[in-house]
Amino acid sequence: MSMQAITTQQVTFNVFRFNSETDYLPYYKQITMEVTSEEVVLDILDRIKWEHDGSFSYRRSCRHGICGACAVKVNGKGVLACKERMNDMIGLFGTELTIDPVSSKHAIKDMVVDKKDFWDKHEAVEPYLISEIEEHPEMECYVTPMESEALLESDLCIQCGLCHYACPVIEINDAFLGPAAFAKAFRFNADVRDEGIDERIGIVNQPGAGIWDCVKCFECAEVCPKEVNPIEKITKLHNQTFERNDAIDNVATRHAVGFAHSIKKHGLLDEGELVRYSEGNIGVLKHVPVAIKMWKKGKIVMPWNMPKSDKLDEIKRLVKSSSTVKF
Amino acid sequence: MEKLQYALFTGCTAKESTPEQLMSTYAVAEKLGIELVELSEASCCGASHLQDYDDFLSLVLNARNICYAESRGMTMVTICNTCQLNTAMTKHRLDKDPALKARVNEKLAEVGLEYKGTSEITHFLYAIIDDFGLDKIAEMVVKPLSQFNIAPFYGCHNIRPSELQNESHKKAENPYNPTSLDDLIIACGGVNVDYEEKNKCCGFHVELQAPKTASILTGNALMGAMDNNADWMVTPCPLCHLKLDTQYEHASHAVGRDVKMPVLHMQQMVGLALGCTPDELGLQHHVAEIDFL
Repeated sequence: MSMQAITTQQVTFNVFRFNSETDYLPYYKQITMEVTSEEVVLDILDRIKWEHDGSFSYRRSCRHGICGACAVKVNGKGVLACKERMNDMIGLFGTELTIDPVSSKHAIKDMVVDKKDFWDKHEAVEPYLISEIEEHPEMECYVTPMESEALLESDLCIQCGLCHYACPVIEINDAFLGPAAFAKAFRFNADVRDEGIDERIGIVNQPGAGIWDCVKCFECAEVCPKEVNPIEKITKLHNQTFERNDAIDNVATRHAVGFAHSIKKHGLLDEGELVRYSEGNIGVLKHVPVAIKMWKKGKIVMPWNMPKSDKLDEIKRLVKSSSTVKF
Repeated sequence: MEKLQYALFTGCTAKESTPEQLMSTYAVAEKLGIELVELSEASCCGASHLQDYDDFLSLVLNARNICYAESRGMTMVTICNTCQLNTAMTKHRLDKDPALKARVNEKLAEVGLEYKGTSEITHFLYAIIDDFGLDKIAEMVVKPLSQFNIAPFYGCHNIRPSELQNESHKKAENPYNPTSLDDLIIACGGVNVDYEEKNKCCGFHVELQAPKTASILTGNALMGAMDNNADWMVTPCPLCHLKLDTQYEHASHAVGRDVKMPVLHMQQMVGLALGCTPDELGLQHHVAEIDFL
C-alpha cells in the first residue's frame, strides 16, 4: 500500500456564532488555522472548541456517518462533519470557508439547531410499519431480497435533516412536509409488510403540505450524504398516487396529466392549453393580465398557430401503447 | 478546427413563449460557425411533470427524442435546463439498466426506432464553453459588455443533480459554487455579480399549484441580483427566464418591493457581445423591457 504524504495548509474559517439566550443577532468569528490533508470537518469543529473557544457548541456522536448529529453547512453545502474531508472542501471552495448550522433560522446555539419541525413532520407521515400482526405469530414475515430492493435504499436515511433544511420550500411554507418526510413515507409505502399506504397517500397529497408543492430543485438529492435521493421518492409517491387511483382532481394533478394530453395532440406542449386545463375555465382568468402582457410582446401562440412535432403519428402511437396509468 | 455540429432539441418554450431564445440561439450559432440541425420530430420532454403522472411514458418519449439525435450521429444540444435534465436523466437511467432499456426499446420498435445510447446530451451553454472554447469566444467579442454588472442565474436543472449533469461537462460544475455562466460573462467583457441566489430555484415548477412559493422564490432571486448592484440578469434556462421576466409583478407583490429587472437569455448576452443586432436577438420580446442599450 502506498502512503500519501500528509500536507498542511492555512485555512481561514468564518464560524457562525449565536446564543439564542443572550444574542439578538448571530455573528461570525474568524479563525485561521493549519489544516492537514487527513482531517475531516468534525476535526475542525473539535479544534475550534478545544484550541480557540470552549464555549463553541455543536452536536456529534458516532463519528461514523450514521447518527446524523453533526450535520452543518460549509460554504452553503450541507455536510455530515464527520464524513466530509477538509481536502475536498478546500478543493471545492478554496481556503476561506464559512461554517454555518444547517438552518440559521433554527439555531439555538452555534451549530446546534432545534429540529422540532423536522421531527414533527417526520412523525406526520406515520413512519412505521402499519400491519395487522397476530399476537402469537408462528413464523417470521419473509421479505425477499427483490422485495427489499423496491425500497430503493430509502431505508438508508439517518434523519440528519440536511435535505429538509436545504429545501427552499421548507424555508417558505411552514406546512410543507419536506423531502425527508416524503422519503420516509415512500420507505413504508414500498414495504411489502405494510398496510398503511392509503393513509400515507392521503397525507402526502394534501395541497400545501404534500408532494405537489415540491419545486423540483434537486437540492435534496444533491445534499443527501447517504444517497437516499429524496426527489426520486417524491416522484414515486406521485406515481403511487396515480397508480392507485387516489389522485384528487385539482390544479396540481391536472398540471401533470395535462402534459400527456398535449403531447398526444401536438407532440409539443401547448402552454396556453396546459394552463387552461390545469386551472379550469374560471381559474384560468387570473392569468389573463400576464397573458395580455406576454401577447403584446409576441410571447403567446394562438391555438390555431400551435406548432406540431414532425412524425406526430409516431408520438400518438407511442402515447397509446406506452401509457401505464389513466386519470 | 472542424465545424461543430449538433442536433438541436429546442424544447417547447423556445417555440412558444420565448421565441427570442430560439432566434438568439441561431444568431449566436451562426456567428460562432456552429451548425445546428433541428430535431423537428422531437416531442415535449414532459418538463419534469409528465413523469409524476406516467414515468414509463416519459422515458419512452425522451428515448425517442434521443433516437433522432443518434440517427443523425450527433450530440444532442438542449437550450432549456429542464429539457437537459429530463433527457440526460433518461439516458442515464437507460444506460445503466439494460432491463429498463429493453422494455423501452420494445415500445420504440413499434415505430421502427431503437435507443442505443450513442449520443451525448449537453446544454448549449456547455457546448460553447467546452467544445467551442471560452478563449475563442473572448477573441471574437466586438462589443465588450464592460459597462454592465451582470448577475448570472444558473437554474437548478443544469447544475443538480451534479453527478448526472457533470457526466456531460469537461470541467465539473460545483452546484454550490457554479462558475460556467460567470466565466461566460467575463469572456463577453462583462462584470459578473456574485449573489447568494444565483444557484437557487426560481419556483417555476409550482407556479400553478403553489403561486405564493413560486413568487417568493422569484422575488428572492431578483432581489439578490438587485442588492448586489446588477444592471441585469442572464440565464441559460427559458423557464427561469419566464419567471424572472414575465412574473415580476407577482414577485414584487410577494416580497414587498419592486423587483423589475431586465433578464437576458445567455444566448442574447453572447450575441450582444459578438455584435448581433437587438432584432436578431429578439430583444423586443421581453416583458421587463431591455432599457440599457
